Amino acid sequence: MATTDKEVNELVKQEYEHGFVTDIESDTFEPGLNEDVIARLSGIKKEPEWMLEWRLKAYRRWLEMDEPNWAQVGYPKIDYNSISYYSAPKRKEDMLQSLDEVDPELLKTYEKLGIPLHEREQMAGVAVDAVFDSVSIATTFKEPLAKAGVIFCSMSEAIQDHPELVKKYLGSVVPSGDNFFAGLNSAVFSDGTFVYIPKGVRCPMELSTYFRINAANTGQFERTLIIAEDSSYVSYLEGCTAPMRDENQLHAAVVELVALDDAQIKYSTVQNWYPGDENGKGGIFNFVTKRGAAIGKNSKISWTQVETGSAVTWKYPSVILRGDNSVGEFYSVALTNNYQQADTGTKMIHLGRNTSSTIISKGISASNGSNAYRGLVKFGPGAEGARNFTQCDSLLIGDRCGAHTFPYIESKNKSGIIEHEATTSKVSDEQMFLCRQRGINPEQAVSMIVNGFCKEVFKELPMEFAVEAGKLLEVSLEGSVG
Amino acid sequence: MLNIKNLHASVGGEEILKGINLEIKAGEIHAIMGPNGSGKSTLSQVLAGSETFEVTEGEVTFNGENLLDLETEERAREGVFLAFQYPVEIPGVSNLQFLRTAVNSMRGHRGEPEMNAAEFMKHAREVSMQVDLDPAFLKRGVNEGFSGGEKKRNEILQALLLQPKLAILDETDSGLDIDALHVVSDGVNALRAKDRAILMVTHYQRLLNHIVPDYVHVLADGKIVKSGGRELAYELEERGYGWLNVKDKEATAS
Repeated sequence: MATTDKEVNELVKQEYEHGFVTDIESDTFEPGLNEDVIARLSGIKKEPEWMLEWRLKAYRRWLEMDEPNWAQVGYPKIDYNSISYYSAPKRKEDMLQSLDEVDPELLKTYEKLGIPLHEREQMAGVAVDAVFDSVSIATTFKEPLAKAGVIFCSMSEAIQDHPELVKKYLGSVVPSGDNFFAGLNSAVFSDGTFVYIPKGVRCPMELSTYFRINAANTGQFERTLIIAEDSSYVSYLEGCTAPMRDENQLHAAVVELVALDDAQIKYSTVQNWYPGDENGKGGIFNFVTKRGAAIGKNSKISWTQVETGSAVTWKYPSVILRGDNSVGEFYSVALTNNYQQADTGTKMIHLGRNTSSTIISKGISASNGSNAYRGLVKFGPGAEGARNFTQCDSLLIGDRCGAHTFPYIESKNKSGIIEHEATTSKVSDEQMFLCRQRGINPEQAVSMIVNGFCKEVFKELPMEFAVEAGKLLEVSLEGSVG
Repeated sequence: MLNIKNLHASVGGEEILKGINLEIKAGEIHAIMGPNGSGKSTLSQVLAGSETFEVTEGEVTFNGENLLDLETEERAREGVFLAFQYPVEIPGVSNLQFLRTAVNSMRGHRGEPEMNAAEFMKHAREVSMQVDLDPAFLKRGVNEGFSGGEKKRNEILQALLLQPKLAILDETDSGLDIDALHVVSDGVNALRAKDRAILMVTHYQRLLNHIVPDYVHVLADGKIVKSGGRELAYELEERGYGWLNVKDKEATAS
């Protein structure tokens, strides 16, 4: 036992490979938050008056709200006036016209992260919106997407070019008063991605956003809105990384999904924010509100997340199942190593008839990591014939980590069926012995066992990302054999 | 090939092996018999490198090398194989992936190129038929939901794929019906070779009818108390362990 733990610990110790800083000139706000800061932010973005009003309303409301403290996480108090709320690379011209005008340093950054943005090197079949600190610096494949009628652009552009859609849907799923962090985001969100899939269109390629935090002492507050009209389909992925810094940085995003009749949205996340060092110093606070509204009949919203980064994660991608026969899914792998903490799960709110939801959660804790699943399954009075299946599995590596499960179930309709299964297991000495007795390295053995544990979730990811996720898990676990 | 001298091992401060001496040459089959709790399984696990036990005294050489100095995986790569008494499950990891990783680890050690998925699949299918396992088993999780007999056949399948120099079979016959016993024995007999040794640990004589050993040793209370040829097993079957002044702990406990 002692030996196995030692090995796991050695395995988990690996440098975070995206921890570099891009040396680039930026326009960055002085730290601090007040109505003037919000007005300045809105001004830089040349936003219409209604947008500024919306932000200020959210801000005033936020001032009255309390930071949530019910999660199974602990972190030092955040001073919201010590954060800078806007940082953007300096631009030569007002707006970028093409990729050729993007600062080569930025292109190099994304290349280093494995996300080439140049036309000739772009990933086949995947369109990328690259968000650097507070702004979107490039969006690829815009033209072929526009031909199909798909709008894929930064949130800033959407506010300028598609105000009617933004007005109609922004805050419709996550209202600015929903919770403390969503309120903050509503007031200060700087950029993010906007997606609109028209009626009957199957989006011809995967859409993705790559979020990169670079500047120090800044927060990243992105806002994503995806609207899928009747009988449309879209698969969207997001990835995120940040430099290694000793100070914690705040990332408070809001993602809203709207699926109308017979529409399907598949949303996948590979979250690899800087997790802090092995002593728990530094790392990102990832306090995110993600929610989908399956408004239309037969609509479907599916969340898949692989959470390996961040010092503290507070995140519950949820689905409101309003349309009859609508379907909600949540597939999650959350890994906490060293002193990482995660409190994550989902909410499935069944309102329509014959709605169904599936929750598969895999929590992995290594070293001193703490991992909590928190999930709500709620059947409203009108949710005739609703069904839910929940499976929550925890895997422990070593004997200093923790796993917690907090399932909440509320049913106001007698015809519903709710199933909940939960397991907790360890990477056992017997499993390690078997693998090693067959000549397999301890590192490889742990990675294989953990990947096996996550299989049900990985198979939900788009192919190329499933491979990435497996590798990421391997890297994140390095040093964990102990 | 294998030379054990005065081997002592303990777990949690309790001494289980109390001075084992044993020499096994290439091409030989040795059977270790003895009552429950005599240390048979401990011996198998200590040789394979289990970290549950602490070796407190003695030495073990394997082809001239100090075996006890090697990590578990290094011993495996040098050709020490243990067929487990209770093979553990690894959920979600396909048998095929597990076996290919193992085979390629060994090949890497010998400086041979890795086998690709298609090549390995073909090879593994052939060998699985040899132990009467439906090739569909290759796609299932390692030992996941396998019956006792299937697990044991899976162990022999691994031995056949890995082609070890020393195969240690820990109670491979336990829990097998007569048909499965035939299949497993045929598999083990297929392993017999001039350059390979087999060490069988068993509670019962019946396995030795199918896999005929060259030598039989009786292990009791952590020591080898008697060694002989094939005929010793018959004598044990007839007379029990009592005439050797050995108590069968299981018999007295139950």
